[in-house]
Amino acid sequence: MGMRSKAVSVAASALLFLCASGSAQETHVGKLVGNAKRGKALYTRYCIFCHGPYGDGRGESAAYLDPKPRDFTKAVFKCRSTPSGALPLDSDLFDTISRGIHASGMPSWKPLLRQERVDLIAYIKTFSSAFQEEKPGPPVAIPPEPPPSPESIQRGAQLFQSMNCWSCHGKDGRGNGPSAASLTDSKGYPIVPFDFTSGSRFKCGETDRDMFRDLVTGLDGTPMPSFDSAMSGDQKWDVVHFIRSLSNPKLHAKLKTGPSEQ
Amino acid sequence: MRLGRFRCTVLRWSAVAVLLANFQQAFGIPAFARKYGLPCSACHAAWPMLNNFGQHFKDNGYQLGNDRDAPIYQEPSYWPIMFRTTPTWHRENNNRQAIDVVPGSPSNGQREASVTTSGFDLNGLDVITAGTLAKNISFFVQPFIGSSSINLAQSWVRFDNLVGSSWLNVKMGKFELDEPISQERSLTMNNTGAPYYTYFFTPPGDNNAFVGIGFPQLGVELSGHNDTTRYSVAAVTDSNGGTGLPTNQALDVYANFDQSFETPWFGRQQVGAYGFFGRSPTYFLTSNGAPIPGTGQGNRSFYRLGAYGHWFVKQFDFYTFFMHGYDNVFLGNSVPGNQPSLLPAGAVAPTFNGGFVEAHYNPNTRLIFLARYELDRVSRQANPGLAKNAGNLDTWSLGYRWYPMMSPRAGLAWLQEYSRIRNVGDAPLSGKDDFHNSYLMGLDFDF
Repeated sequence: MGMRSKAVSVAASALLFLCASGSAQETHVGKLVGNAKRGKALYTRYCIFCHGPYGDGRGESAAYLDPKPRDFTKAVFKCRSTPSGALPLDSDLFDTISRGIHASGMPSWKPLLRQERVDLIAYIKTFSSAFQEEKPGPPVAIPPEPPPSPESIQRGAQLFQSMNCWSCHGKDGRGNGPSAASLTDSKGYPIVPFDFTSGSRFKCGETDRDMFRDLVTGLDGTPMPSFDSAMSGDQKWDVVHFIRSLSNPKLHAKLKTGPSEQ
Repeated sequence: MRLGRFRCTVLRWSAVAVLLANFQQAFGIPAFARKYGLPCSACHAAWPMLNNFGQHFKDNGYQLGNDRDAPIYQEPSYWPIMFRTTPTWHRENNNRQAIDVVPGSPSNGQREASVTTSGFDLNGLDVITAGTLAKNISFFVQPFIGSSSINLAQSWVRFDNLVGSSWLNVKMGKFELDEPISQERSLTMNNTGAPYYTYFFTPPGDNNAFVGIGFPQLGVELSGHNDTTRYSVAAVTDSNGGTGLPTNQALDVYANFDQSFETPWFGRQQVGAYGFFGRSPTYFLTSNGAPIPGTGQGNRSFYRLGAYGHWFVKQFDFYTFFMHGYDNVFLGNSVPGNQPSLLPAGAVAPTFNGGFVEAHYNPNTRLIFLARYELDRVSRQANPGLAKNAGNLDTWSLGYRWYPMMSPRAGLAWLQEYSRIRNVGDAPLSGKDDFHNSYLMGLDFDF
């Protein structure tokens, strides 16, 4: 009787574990539900040569890539809508896979079906137990964007100085600040600050809201910290407008010298 | 009459075989894999057949769009070049080959016999260099080195994403038409099963200089795409890709449109339609009786129209392809356009219908099975004296390709194929149906 009770207990525990791990690895983006088994086949086809068979970013091609492929076992992701240090939402990973990471080896995988991308995420999440042990943080709030103006850009420029953004990104935003040469990511690989004059395709999205979100969440695994508590919402928008103006010399000149739009 | 038709058919398929042999098939391109660090399987369902990501990459001018496309981002030593060759063993059989009764003495007459040949073989060397000259300017150059000749199978430059739009891309040079199912990326390589016959089909007795949509052509192409929709319109010289303006001054037009959509249970499905509209010469100006190249006269019209689909059910996928063809009565009867009196009584413009179903089972990135059935039917003979079913053909192929290794540097496939074709009424002496069978196994590798 005792043995039977023990066996039932073990079986129940195993069942509970399977249920728990199964649900933890499930992925939801909209109405789509990811499947890790299907995702594994897709990972083998598309991702394994960079991210490696164990998801540790040590695939065959990794040695030749700069920046290095993401190490999924650490569960640290740059592009998130969740607070600094928190796990990303499934939709964050979906957006990253769909968008790709600009100026890196990671292309846009939008030609894959939406279902396939969701399946991939389900599999990627199996590389780290963090996705079974923790829940993603709540998405950060993004207030409505005020219209850009010369004053906003001017304030943003001052914040860019006072918050020491320039020490990495350079005084002109060209990614050539005094600290730039010595920056490394969380795995010790050299990392280059973004050159804001190079265009508007930022790593985690192209819109002003994406840039605002980056300021709030920071880019985990890189030296880019969260400025959530360091600046108010309006101040963050000012910085966004300033950064945006750096990639558009005409707009930059117009807003800096012309009459206010307000 | 029958012998004449046979010769015409044999000459036609011989020409197709020669042309196919001279541009070979493409290719997984390790030059791209090296550039981006991606494996073959990222772009190919099973190389050389593209998957949707690979098609998108190709449509985007061999660019991933991640700001690493321009050559300036590559190591100076990077050279976008790839080589491909295929050592094989193959067996060929024709059940009604015309042979001399006494070898070496044709005057003693001929008879039909089943003839089989076999042995190790090599199909030449494909050299492909392709990539970007600069951001949004891509190129492709493909010399093919055969046993006795070097041929420039493709050579073009493409201006991509004009005015920042993926709907505007212009290509000029010698290029593969935007075929519904790429002839160059066919998974079958054996003598009988390599071509999609429908692409090259013309009714018996027809001398249309246009051989088929399966060959690279010389011209200019406008194309565009987004994630689900593609179009292309090409104006090409009527020369089957031959250089030196060999035929006439007509420009032919090819257009293709396809749309894919995502279904809840079966994933991506794709449908499309295409058309080729051309005018081909029926005679040439001559000098001392010899045709002067490029002076084709008496142009007569022809067209090829059709629709197709690519359907997916989990790891299965299959193509369905249909074509309707029409040739002007002068082309269909090999009569010069300035001599209508030579048309046989009751001559009409020939028409035909053809198509195929090709199924793949792709259980993983290293294995693919293939089955294809293809048929072509003459629906209206140009010469009423011809048998109604003359020129019809049926062919099928079975095979698989196994990729024991795959890397961003090279690819290797072990392949086995069997194909069989029946040409109705095409036996050279008896006029019975004749059959060709091919079996091929070998190693297909590129690096």
